[in-house]
Amino acid sequence: MSATAVASAVSQASHGLSTDPFIGLLTIFVLAIFVGYHVVWNVTPALHTPLMAVTNAISGIIVVGAMLQVVDIHAQQITPTSVLGAIAIFLASINIFGGFLVTQRMLEMFKKKNAQEKAQGRG
Amino acid sequence: MIMQNLLALLYLVSAVLFILSLRGLSSPLTARRGNLYGMTGMALAVMTTFFVADSPVIWLIVAAIAAGAVVGAWKARTVAMTAMPELVAAMHSLVGLSAVLIAVAAVYHAGVSHSGVQKIELFIGAFIGAITFTASVIAYGKLSGKFGARAINFKGQHLLNLILALAMLGFGMTYFLSESQAAFLMMVAIALALGVTLIIPIGGADMPVVVSMLNSYSGWAAAGIGFTLENPVLIIAGACVGASGAILSYIMCKAMNRSIVSVLLGGFGAEAATAGPAGSAQKNYRSGSADDAAFLMENAEKVIIIPGYGLAVSRAQHALQELTDLLSERGVDVRYAIHPVAGRMPGHMNVLLAEAEVPYDKVFEMEEINSEFGTADVALVIGANDVVNPAAKNDPASPIYGMPILDAYKARTVMVVKRSMSAGYAGLDNDLFYMDRTMMVFGDAKKVVEEMLQAVH
Repeated sequence: MSATAVASAVSQASHGLSTDPFIGLLTIFVLAIFVGYHVVWNVTPALHTPLMAVTNAISGIIVVGAMLQVVDIHAQQITPTSVLGAIAIFLASINIFGGFLVTQRMLEMFKKKNAQEKAQGRG
Repeated sequence: MIMQNLLALLYLVSAVLFILSLRGLSSPLTARRGNLYGMTGMALAVMTTFFVADSPVIWLIVAAIAAGAVVGAWKARTVAMTAMPELVAAMHSLVGLSAVLIAVAAVYHAGVSHSGVQKIELFIGAFIGAITFTASVIAYGKLSGKFGARAINFKGQHLLNLILALAMLGFGMTYFLSESQAAFLMMVAIALALGVTLIIPIGGADMPVVVSMLNSYSGWAAAGIGFTLENPVLIIAGACVGASGAILSYIMCKAMNRSIVSVLLGGFGAEAATAGPAGSAQKNYRSGSADDAAFLMENAEKVIIIPGYGLAVSRAQHALQELTDLLSERGVDVRYAIHPVAGRMPGHMNVLLAEAEVPYDKVFEMEEINSEFGTADVALVIGANDVVNPAAKNDPASPIYGMPILDAYKARTVMVVKRSMSAGYAGLDNDLFYMDRTMMVFGDAKKVVEEMLQAVH
């Protein structure tokens, strides 16, 4: 799997020797927490509700994990694994579409006011 | 190998796009572009996964995505802005349930055997997901008023939670040692129960913290599944969401002067009841009509409006915005001051005002505007109570002592629009109402604001 390849590439690059892929993934995980921490502190408090909605959409990335379950297993399409995976895809997709679209709807409200304000300023 | 590297790089691009989408939210000007980055990142990740998966069942995947898209888009279009907290809680539950289903699917995957580390990762992803799922369902019920917002406390609650947690770990260990699928399912079932018992003792007033915290959990659940599947984009996105929810929980706790531990152990109402005011003698207050209030505001130079959730409940935002426009035309400097816990989730009041077309540059956060109250002629408090209670500063015996407040009491005249003299969410009396410079305007927020509007016309 390509993901494993990345992980081992990361760990090999950082250690110069091959380690368990878990170490590489853990490295990514810890660094990503720091990135998230710093990026989110910069979010303006006025947009904390859209932030929650968009993080909801982003956690819908779990759809990737669900897709990897919906595969042929021993030449069978419908297995307990693929059905559970498909339900998970359905749920995660609600999050993805619902999350991004409701965020967009909220952000439009913030935009409209701005445009109006500018128009008033000019007029 | 080249193909695999390419796919891994595409995952990297989508992870970067997710980070950029969060970064966009640092300003309303860049936020919409940020949201587009997020959508692009998601589309890219999904496309890439079709190539990463080993012989995917494409029709089933596409059908499931399409069905989810229909439901999600419909919900996003129809939800009322006052109902955002419920929607967010409901969406957390979906992520939690997906994580559980994926973990169970992986355990039943006939073609794959899991290593020791992977089994632990499956266990972690599944139990965080399960707790997130049921806890979010309960939070959704409390927020939407379906279950009643009251905290439920009973004897031996913490002991029960401890026993459940230990049992869950026990079944997890059994799965680890024997690869028993039944043990894994038992573990999931107990985690689902634990999600319920953990959340029922938490009262309605603390729901903003709980929603933020579940936001965080849903991220960790995604990251946990990412470890199992050795998928970096899941890990990166999950970690960012987890960090985001944790920060929001921290901000909410700080704004209410509550420690995260006391929120989780539950019971705000219980605390407030013990601190009943000893001298509950009749105190005098001054009341006035909407016309009086309108007259004062018209002749003011600077008016600061403090909206609370009561404003949104009576749907007075639009009338209030008209009043603001009218006063601004007469040369009055009108601003809005928002307490971090105004509304029912972080930033909720900002969205409600934006919906009513209040320009966001008229809306200020607590730290930005607190120094301005000293020079304000009028502070107009509508539907807010505890967030302007001076007891939080002056009275060490008050349960909300230490909570940061908006310094409305410093304004030359304070006007409070309120239905009656009854106490606020925390059940506390508010000294602000009895000050000499305070004028109470009784009535439904929307009606009062409309009367003010007519008086100014």
